[in-house]
Amino acid sequence: MKILVCISHVPDTTSKINFTDGDSKFDTNGVNFVINPNDEFGLTRAMWFKEKQGASVDVVNVGGAETEPTLRKALAIGADNAIRVDTPATDGFQVAKQLAKVAKDGGYDLVIAGRESIDYNGGMVPGMLAAILDANFVNNCISLEIDGDKAKAIREIDGGKETLTASLPLVIGGQKGLVEESDLKIPNMRGIMQARKKPLNVVAAEEVSVQTEAVKFEKPAPKGDVKLIDPENLDELIDLLHNEAKAI
Amino acid sequence: MSVLVYTETEDGKFKKAAFEVASYAKEVAGGDEVVAVSFNATDTSELGNYGVSKVLNIQNDKLSKFNAEAYADALTQAVKKEGSKIVVVSQSANSRYLAPLLAVHLNAGYASNVMAAPESTDPFTVKRSAFTNKAFNFTKITTDVKIVGLSQNAFGLKENQGDATVEDFSPELKEGDFTVNVESVDKAKDKVTIADAEVVVSGGRGLKGPENWGMIEEMADILGAATACSKPVSDMGWRPHSEHVGQTGKPVASNLYIAVGISGAIQHLAGINAAKTKVVINNDPEAPFFKAADYGVVGDAFEIVPKLNEKLKEFKAKNA
Ligand SMILES: Cc1cc2nc3c(=O)[nH]c(=O)nc-3n(C[C@H](O)[C@H](O)[C@H](O)COP(=O)(O)OP(=O)(O)OC[C@H]3O[C@@H](n4cnc5c(N)ncnc54)[C@H](O)[C@@H]3O)c2cc1C
Repeated sequence: MKILVCISHVPDTTSKINFTDGDSKFDTNGVNFVINPNDEFGLTRAMWFKEKQGASVDVVNVGGAETEPTLRKALAIGADNAIRVDTPATDGFQVAKQLAKVAKDGGYDLVIAGRESIDYNGGMVPGMLAAILDANFVNNCISLEIDGDKAKAIREIDGGKETLTASLPLVIGGQKGLVEESDLKIPNMRGIMQARKKPLNVVAAEEVSVQTEAVKFEKPAPKGDVKLIDPENLDELIDLLHNEAKAI
Repeated sequence: MSVLVYTETEDGKFKKAAFEVASYAKEVAGGDEVVAVSFNATDTSELGNYGVSKVLNIQNDKLSKFNAEAYADALTQAVKKEGSKIVVVSQSANSRYLAPLLAVHLNAGYASNVMAAPESTDPFTVKRSAFTNKAFNFTKITTDVKIVGLSQNAFGLKENQGDATVEDFSPELKEGDFTVNVESVDKAKDKVTIADAEVVVSGGRGLKGPENWGMIEEMADILGAATACSKPVSDMGWRPHSEHVGQTGKPVASNLYIAVGISGAIQHLAGINAAKTKVVINNDPEAPFFKAADYGVVGDAFEIVPKLNEKLKEFKAKNA
């Protein structure tokens, strides 16, 4: 089985979010970038397939040279090859188009993406990629088993779960649940050394027309101070929730 | 020109999100028509109260269970038939599943997590939440057909009384629409989900163990709320993963979020920024959550919550 894992390069979860150039660009100053958490679950599941059932695992990112340390980290975790499509990621559709080209050229059976990246939270790429490839698609995937060319997946729905079956080729939008968090792999010294020798192929991007454009950013208005309520006077809390906040 | 909405049903009944997308579409449409596509609804008349003027009514057993590909195909056909230029969907798990497929089928730009009516209609620009609610991003959609994914509770319901005409609609479904098969659905009945809830009551590690959740469930019961938790709570198996709220869990956009024994780490706060009113109960006055909250009570949850529950019961009895 040939597996492709899509890796998004995102600010780590504790990053302070700021903007520059008249609030038109994300300020990367002092920001530490990591593998998108949803993708990390997918990558670990892919490594499980490799170890338990036999599979090759390639990782791919659409982005400039600055994303290479993130791809190297994925190689250190155990991916066999990395591919970087050399163009800045501009919108979900543009990224999905680039990924579709890589997926098609490589003839992958299974493409694992994260349900969303934690920067723009678009939640577009996995589904668009599946539609462009005309492949089967399962979103919000929290469990995945493959037997031959048959897949059994569980996805999270509002208020529960759904079990689905489909044949390969398959694209999933993965998330926490695909593997236990305690099983997430941290690159060790040996992995890091090996990763240096593994191929990281840079491929040229396709021409894609943009469908959406992020024009401006804004931060939420600063919040007023919290109103503290005496634990002996909970009636006040109920009164405030009812009359001031109109929340109950 | 018309604006088309996907009106979600569950067991034949419209979800609140269906009325919310209709309310939004009515505002965006101005004087133009709002067309709703409904799947196996038992009664479509309510849609007229939220500005819908025409319902494309699909009755088809093959679509009794949600299927992203088949639903996206049906919606694609409806948009083409109506010549709609704007499509509005909610951001439920199912809508998020089908919207990117619909976008590719229609060659339409899609903006997800939209928080408000468009900033401008020419160019068509919407305000989205990004960086897990730590910021907003104004996005311009440049394609001819546009898809808006409206965040739950962001726009609210607006009544727009009118009569909707109902037209039977039978999309042509292909074999290829059913290559992903739904084998079974496992869903708690009669339980408010985090996505739909007006009020969410959430507990953190401060509650010490799963045996102490009775008082959280009781509060949720009194308020008709959904229950939720912080990440370590679900990691330790005290509560199901589906209740985990935050950057790597579920987003919350309820009117009220009550956090009990949750410290307010940045990853947790990211998931609840969109909640309108936040109440924190914590014994540590230095807990970061107090900086993000509207109302706070400093004290022991095991003393405060049972007392608060009694008072909430009295309040509900009086205001029923
Ligand atoms: C990559 C990454 C992603 C993450 N994603 C998320 C996420 O999506 N969601 C999330 O929640 N976390 C997430 N986290 C974890 C997050 O950093 C915090 O560890 C977590 O939110 C803390 O949960 P907590 O507040 O329940 O527990 P604690 O930090 O243990 O806090 C418990 C609180 O309870 C209070 N308390 C104790 N006893 C009582 C009592 N008797 N009465 C009242 N109060 C009491 C304490 O004062 C304390 O403030 C993530 C972390 C990482 C690294």
